[in-house]
Amino acid sequence: MNINGLIYSTLSLGGMGLIFGAGLAYASQKFAVEIDPKAVAVREVLPGANCGGCGYPGCDGFANAVAKGEAKVNGCPVGGTETAEKIAEIMGLVVEDSTKMVAHVICNGTCDNAKEKYEYIGIQDCKAANIVNGGSKSCSFGCLGLGTCVDVCPFDAIFINDKGIAEVIDDKCTACGNCIEACPKNVITLVPYGQEVIVDCNSKDKGKNVKVSCDVGCIGCKICEKNCPFDAIHVVDNLAVIDYTKCKECMICVEKCPTGAIAGNIDNRKKAEIDEETCIGCTLCTKVCPVDAIEGEVKKPHKVDVEKCIGCGACVEKCPKDAIKLK
Amino acid sequence: MENASIFVILVSSILVNNFVMSKFLGICPFLGVSKQVETATGMGMAVTFVITLAGMITYLVQKYILVFFHIEYLQTVAFILVIAALVQFVEIVLQKLSPVLYQALGVYLPLITTNCAVLGLALLNIQYKLNFVQTIFHSFGAAVGFSLAIILFAGIRERLAISDVPAPFKGFPIALITAGLMSMAFLGFAGLV
Repeated sequence: MNINGLIYSTLSLGGMGLIFGAGLAYASQKFAVEIDPKAVAVREVLPGANCGGCGYPGCDGFANAVAKGEAKVNGCPVGGTETAEKIAEIMGLVVEDSTKMVAHVICNGTCDNAKEKYEYIGIQDCKAANIVNGGSKSCSFGCLGLGTCVDVCPFDAIFINDKGIAEVIDDKCTACGNCIEACPKNVITLVPYGQEVIVDCNSKDKGKNVKVSCDVGCIGCKICEKNCPFDAIHVVDNLAVIDYTKCKECMICVEKCPTGAIAGNIDNRKKAEIDEETCIGCTLCTKVCPVDAIEGEVKKPHKVDVEKCIGCGACVEKCPKDAIKLK
Repeated sequence: MENASIFVILVSSILVNNFVMSKFLGICPFLGVSKQVETATGMGMAVTFVITLAGMITYLVQKYILVFFHIEYLQTVAFILVIAALVQFVEIVLQKLSPVLYQALGVYLPLITTNCAVLGLALLNIQYKLNFVQTIFHSFGAAVGFSLAIILFAGIRERLAISDVPAPFKGFPIALITAGLMSMAFLGFAGLV
């Protein structure tokens, strides 16, 4: 056996490998690409759905923008507060509190409630139907229910319910905004997660026209606006709009609305309860209660009239002893 | 080929013995990275760089290491080692200098390692018994031939993408037919050298 052949081949190949390896090691140092370590760290905590809800091309784009300081740490609508906190930790910032938002279809013009102008036979797509004289619904603002939004949802969070209206599953929705963009009727908006009191109407028509085309439309009568104790609902362009930062979900508007256009289940209304042991009888709560539901004399424990209480929580915020709880 | 002039070697390697069109080497990137002229040009440049350098280095490796130690049978292994190291080097440099091109080439860049055009050229240089200068020009010519073929093909495919192709031929089938026609066209250069 030729032992030299073995030695030569091992040495020459090994030597070449060594030289090339050293050369590459040098090159990788010399030509090292500086990737912002923050961008890599941010990318890792992002959900990775690449939905584009942040306005950047995918999660990588957003991570780079955050690292450069161009995007806000809470810019990812999918990740929500949790992700925002993690990103803030990486970037050394404090999160501005972001309420989780979900998409909501503000239309209740179901087959029973809204009238049809004509029978639409064609491509089963809202955009196509919308071209034909604004769709088959007599209300030109309502949900057409052909599911264009369903097709674009990357999270399976939206479906057409049995009444022919798109409906969002709040727990699956990540507020990425794809459906809002796809809807030709602009009937989908973002509302805070858990918000029950929502004006379920998109019609900016005059009251009479709304009445003609839909049984549950907002006619812009302003009864809600006059009755709201918190100045949280206003009629703009013949349509009631709720300011969710002010709304306490007291549901007075739900009760007063003559057409039932405002969603909200009165049975779910919370009631204030005063802990008699901690209450010092300061009477602050009686003064802020918009419906005079709290009674009691000075320096004696107060009581809530459950019948009158609307569960708005104004008293809870005011109580200096934290003696009032909503249940 | 031993005593051929540099001009003849260039014409031969670019047109007559075009690596893609008449030797059918390097078909993978030829089909894979030829959807846009821009990326095809980038790929052509990367391959040109790798092939020319690889041709030179493998020549030196062959002459001063393999022949010297009488271990010519390790040719293939040694050449692959050279090519792999070179491709890694190109990758590192490209990532630094042109991240856009780096992303556009994607997986095809590390795949130059196993691009048969590169290894094929290194082996052919030895087979043709070329000297060092001839090796350089043969390598360069072959690489230019590859670039020429891929850029022409990319240009045609850009047109194909917007033209009305019968449904069964859409995508790869029509691309393969086009490649076949191009190959036949290159056959016309056969009598040139």
